[in-house]
Amino acid sequence: MIEANLSALKQTKLHQYAIRFLLGGVCTVIAGLIAKRFGPVIGGLFLAFPAIFPASASLIEAHEKENKKKIGSDGTIRGRLAASMDATGAALGCMGLAGFAATIWKLLPRHNATAIISLGSVVWLGIALCLWNVKRHRVFRNF
Amino acid sequence: MSEIVVRFIVGGFVVSLFAVLGDVLRPKSFAGLFGAAPSIALATLGLTVHRHGNQYTAIEAKSMIVGAAAFFVYAAISAWVLRRFTPSTLATTIGLLPLWLVVSGALCAFLK
Repeated sequence: MIEANLSALKQTKLHQYAIRFLLGGVCTVIAGLIAKRFGPVIGGLFLAFPAIFPASASLIEAHEKENKKKIGSDGTIRGRLAASMDATGAALGCMGLAGFAATIWKLLPRHNATAIISLGSVVWLGIALCLWNVKRHRVFRNF
Repeated sequence: MSEIVVRFIVGGFVVSLFAVLGDVLRPKSFAGLFGAAPSIALATLGLTVHRHGNQYTAIEAKSMIVGAAAFFVYAAISAWVLRRFTPSTLATTIGLLPLWLVVSGALCAFLK
């Protein structure tokens, strides 16, 4: 069951939010500068750069460790497994990301940009959700 | 200069938004989907369309498919390493980042 745990927001410290904002901003600027210097083919690659994945995954590990520490256990292994699950989810999201990019590539030259970018976002979410459901029902047992 | 500032603020905001979604959603495998959200793309595509037009942006999007394939390889191997071995998450995910660069570069050269 998908749910939102808003108390997780309190676990994230202000400097952790700041780091992610900084990383996101810097990566976006760098992607733009690379496109300017090397052209759209190389620049486009960096639109799918795993910008904040390391920070997010290590934050998940830290939160799991913290939760386990509160009940007196060592959460090292659990933290790493939670980060591994997050990475598996990200791998599925990547297929959605490719769908997003393919939608923009094929439709943008002939249609309105706002509509196509919105459609691309829907495609991303649709593919990611479908694959996550397939994975949840353990169709890909070894992935 | 002002474009860089706009990119920084928009990029920071959009990436943070998806990161917060990843924080609050459960289960973790579902939240992980947001780790590969098109956050940088959403932050920059609008600006790119405005500055260079639809055709140029479509070329960037075509390359982004290759970047996404490299991200898939990077994320799948990260998941496997974290499950199989015992390094810290930060060391694993940062240590494997060059893999993204190598795979995307190789795929890009292969498809040229």
